[in-house]
Amino acid sequence: MSTETMTRAEAAPAVLPVGRYGYDQVDRTFLRERIEQFRDQVNRRIAGDLTEEEFKPLRLMNGLYLQLHAYMLRVAVPYGTLGSKQVRALARIAREFDKGYGHFTTRQNIQFNWIKLEDTVAALEVLAEADMHAIQTSGNCIRNITSDEFAGAAKDELLDPRVHAEILRQWSTLHPEFTFLPRKFKFAISGSPHDRVVARFHDIGLIARPGPHGRPVFEVFVGGGLGRTPLVGVSLRDDLPEEDLLAYMEAILRVYNAHGRRDNIYKARIKILVQALGTDEFRRQVEEEFAAMDRARYRIEPALVEAIKARFGAPDFAPEGNAAAVLAEDRRRDVRFDAWVRTNTHEHKAPGYISLVVSLKPAGGIPGDATAEQLDLLADLADEFSFGELRVTHLQNVVLGHVRQDQLHTVWQRLSQAGLGTANVNFITDIVACPGLDYCALANARSIPIAQKLSSRFADLELQREIGDLRINISGCINACGHHHAAHLGILGVDKRGQEAFQITLGGSGEEDASIGQILGPAMAEDETVDAVARLIDLYLVRRENGERFLDTYRRVGTAAFKDVVYAPA
Amino acid sequence: MPLLENGHPVEDTWRYAVEGEALGAGDVIVPFDRLSEGLGRAEGRLGVILPNSESVSVLKEALPKLAVIVVTFPIFRDGRAFSQARALREHLHFTGEVRASGHILPDQYEFLIRCGVNTVEVSGNTDMAAWERALHHFTIATQPSPVLDEKPTGFGLRRFLATP
Repeated sequence: MSTETMTRAEAAPAVLPVGRYGYDQVDRTFLRERIEQFRDQVNRRIAGDLTEEEFKPLRLMNGLYLQLHAYMLRVAVPYGTLGSKQVRALARIAREFDKGYGHFTTRQNIQFNWIKLEDTVAALEVLAEADMHAIQTSGNCIRNITSDEFAGAAKDELLDPRVHAEILRQWSTLHPEFTFLPRKFKFAISGSPHDRVVARFHDIGLIARPGPHGRPVFEVFVGGGLGRTPLVGVSLRDDLPEEDLLAYMEAILRVYNAHGRRDNIYKARIKILVQALGTDEFRRQVEEEFAAMDRARYRIEPALVEAIKARFGAPDFAPEGNAAAVLAEDRRRDVRFDAWVRTNTHEHKAPGYISLVVSLKPAGGIPGDATAEQLDLLADLADEFSFGELRVTHLQNVVLGHVRQDQLHTVWQRLSQAGLGTANVNFITDIVACPGLDYCALANARSIPIAQKLSSRFADLELQREIGDLRINISGCINACGHHHAAHLGILGVDKRGQEAFQITLGGSGEEDASIGQILGPAMAEDETVDAVARLIDLYLVRRENGERFLDTYRRVGTAAFKDVVYAPA
Repeated sequence: MPLLENGHPVEDTWRYAVEGEALGAGDVIVPFDRLSEGLGRAEGRLGVILPNSESVSVLKEALPKLAVIVVTFPIFRDGRAFSQARALREHLHFTGEVRASGHILPDQYEFLIRCGVNTVEVSGNTDMAAWERALHHFTIATQPSPVLDEKPTGFGLRRFLATP
């Protein structure tokens, strides 16, 4: 059946999942085939037909890493959107195949740290039953496409990016030409002028907006990234029409596939190629490839976009009624709830609705960790209050996108009872941290204990409110999975003569004012670092002017004063 | 070295030029640096090995006289040849045999075909059944191939793969 002959009703089943693409039998068949392929690969490895060197990239492309103590399974969460049934499947994997936890990552995925190789196929089957997989969550291929956690809900949004994220997901899944690239390749896409996806720190970042004739156009950033060589991406073009989205992406990937360095893993990302060629020459090569393509073969017709959009369920918003008035009254009566609403919610485009952020950063907790019981509760709350849909944020929290304002107080109470009601989003204890040396084979230092110490040190919510917006990110090694370069206050774990030590960076931002944090000075021991952060905060509180964030004060005052207070305490 | 086409071994009627020896008559595949020598021959069909560091455009002039182009995988993780194969078909409209050689896994077979490769040289001790299975693991792809005309499945980007 072609797109033309298939009616909308045939394409769309009666009940579609809200906020994400609804699988049909074709998609499910594809997943079954992928699992059978992996089963075959495992058997060939066991039989000795595949060497470990050959098997490794194949298992990686199914999300299976070998870490310090065990295998880790990273599950794909396309554009960060999950259904309640999927969250329950994740809870089941946490219970049956792990130690009762899942860990949400900065790539909007979830990973399990204690998976046995022999259980992997069974875990993939549990995922497949819930229309999920672990395809391309690792390996030198196009990774999970990340997006805005408030997509389709945010009041400031110009265009819901998830349909195009899904188009990119389908296009990149087992792409015949781009599955053995020089290095991993990361996309982010947003439809809001406020960059909540860190677009400028991705291999390709896309910012969508409505263009002429009502079809979207995209600004294309390329060559951004963190790690050893942190770079802000360059804008390749500002006006890419929707119909050419895939053609232009192919052109970029082809230039990268042909010319990206393969002799040195540390210089293999597209950011190095863009720097080596210069933006103008890189753009010229992309345009040359783009001009040579038979673009009709790649064109995304409006009918195709509409057909995919038709596979997305849309929330059926209730009329506003007196929801806003009820919320105002609830806030007036309960100061703790009021404080939480101020920090943990986001304005919704539909009257009477609001988006809420569930903080996975309780005082002294491990950033991004959720227990199987908490996952089940989140699924229940999504079903009861948010059209069965949840989102994962790149800051390792969870979002319920569409909650009626008059039900918010109930949801908060239920969250609080489960230890999920912390009112600290965007505050100093809303820390992002990679798994670090507790789990990761690459790390030089443990990220989790220092995150827990900082989180405990600043646990007082009144103090946190006083400090205001302050982004702390922690990475356990130079690969920067904790995105420390993009933090207002970044912490990088290093190995100092066999001891774990920590460097502080200041002044980074992952938003539209993207900047790379500067290293303040020599690394320090864990407790010294925590004390140094406290002194930095004290200095900020003294020096700030009329409502400045920490970042603003740092940018105005400059590095010297902050350096002095860290290395020459009074 | 066995040659596979559509998952089955086929007879390889081509021979590779031997370093330091004259090309002689008959169908011969030459290394890229002996291309002009090959083109100067009066008889026999010609094939060439394209190093994976070269752009396919270096074959543009010679193309009408080439019957086989060999794209190479020094190691299976080096995916440059996928782009080369696709470009030979898509940009140069090459209709002859595109052959893949080197370190290739059965798991890459479908990708090769969808990029326009039609024959694969496999090592003599490989498990042929794995190649046969690789060709049938997937009945669906989730993106259009730039070089094959596959049937859309109904909506979106998904395609039914041709069964060889």
